[in-house]
Amino acid sequence: MLKITDLHATVGETEILRGLTLEVNAGEVHAIMGPNGAGKSTLAYVLGGRPGYEVTSGSVEFMGQDLLAMDPHERAAAGLFLGFQYPVEIPGVSNVQFLREALNAQRSARGEALLSGGDFLKLAKEKAALLKLDMDMLKRNVNVGFSGGEKKRNEMVQMGILDPALAVLDETDSGLDIDALRVVGEGINAIMRQREGGPGKGVLLITHYQRLLDYVQPDFVHVLSKGRIVKSGGADLALELEREGYEAVAA
Amino acid sequence: MTHMPTIRDEDWRYADGDALASLTPSDLDVWHDVVLEPGETRAKDLVLDDSHPGIHRARLTVGEGARAEIFAIASAAAYTRLELEVRLARGAHFQFGGVTIGGGEATREFVTRVTHAEPEATSEQVVRSVHWGQATGNFLGRIEVARDAQKTDAVQDFKGLILEKGASTNAKPELEIFADDVKCAHGAAIGQMDETARFYMAARGLPPEAARKLLVRAFIADAFAAHSDAEAQESLLDNALATLGDAV
Repeated sequence: MLKITDLHATVGETEILRGLTLEVNAGEVHAIMGPNGAGKSTLAYVLGGRPGYEVTSGSVEFMGQDLLAMDPHERAAAGLFLGFQYPVEIPGVSNVQFLREALNAQRSARGEALLSGGDFLKLAKEKAALLKLDMDMLKRNVNVGFSGGEKKRNEMVQMGILDPALAVLDETDSGLDIDALRVVGEGINAIMRQREGGPGKGVLLITHYQRLLDYVQPDFVHVLSKGRIVKSGGADLALELEREGYEAVAA
Repeated sequence: MTHMPTIRDEDWRYADGDALASLTPSDLDVWHDVVLEPGETRAKDLVLDDSHPGIHRARLTVGEGARAEIFAIASAAAYTRLELEVRLARGAHFQFGGVTIGGGEATREFVTRVTHAEPEATSEQVVRSVHWGQATGNFLGRIEVARDAQKTDAVQDFKGLILEKGASTNAKPELEIFADDVKCAHGAAIGQMDETARFYMAARGLPPEAARKLLVRAFIADAFAAHSDAEAQESLLDNALATLGDAV
């Protein structure tokens, strides 16, 4: 589904990713852990196509296509979802309006029928309930006046509505209290886990801590350090990292 | 003889000098005089697009407790100026919402002179400017509060959005207050499109043009928010946004 090969990327003059290689197959949950400054968020932004994050060499293949050749909105329509560490506030634009336009833009790019206002609201209500986010909040302006935890839950509601093939979640667990962490973890499972007969989905969880992984069990855990993956393992690796620290494990 | 304005005149300082040079006295002598009787409410939507460029001038005399509402778009491809002189009697209200929007090389401007002549009158003016190319958008807003016009409440709010380097906006608020128990507020801000918001919207699948349209719509919506007719409000918004079609 996602195949990253020897990826190098710079932000400004600084090289942040230095030869990162990683493959995510349908049905797999991968966790990427690592210390501050290792390049975790840069990886997320490079995959999303954020301006200012320049790929200098390497390749990224997504669902058989060259991801790096696509514009950010085309990546979304192709099935990539980027969960933001700091979701953006957009005054004057309501969540409902924003998401309906976004979903219909994606559907139109894929040659699918557009969703009517009524059908969209039904879908939005269902996903908001899943994440225990009050429907009234979806009528408000995008993330304006939302608490840190509400913003992260709103990201997951958006993911539920857009129903991507691959979710890259950048520190979705930061800023969440214990209850919200459980709700978000269960939400990720409900939205992104393989369903009987459904299409295979992939998840790339970027996180500092092991705690989200209690709810979203990863199939693979990778340690990112200085712009490349220095160690990979199973779910046990996250526990080992939590116990002994990055320095001891990744050395 | 009518004095022909140049950009050395204070009220014309941001106008298009070349366009002023080609004016004739008849362009300036047409004042629409509008009188609102006490207690009357009157509203007017003005779309100054390519079918109505040039100078438009109106004098509004708003009677006691009356309410005058004007919502305007200046989007023509040539020099366009809307001038409003408003005199408010006791307890009267003046509501103005204006949007200058467009590219090319044109200057589009609103010039208002609101006189709170008697006590307890209120006024609210909300102007938004969105420009690209070499275009200019201006708001010159003058508020005069007469000596005995106590309890005046006047608000002016201007925001400019520059979509491209080369475009510009100017705001010139002027307050002249001779009473002591009044509230007069004005604010002006000029900025560029929020790139973080644009990337966030793109990451959710919105193409750049759709994201820009949504952000510009949100930006100018404040100008028409006080419109009492929701349908007319939508149609003004759509009308202003249609101009955006040719923006880069």
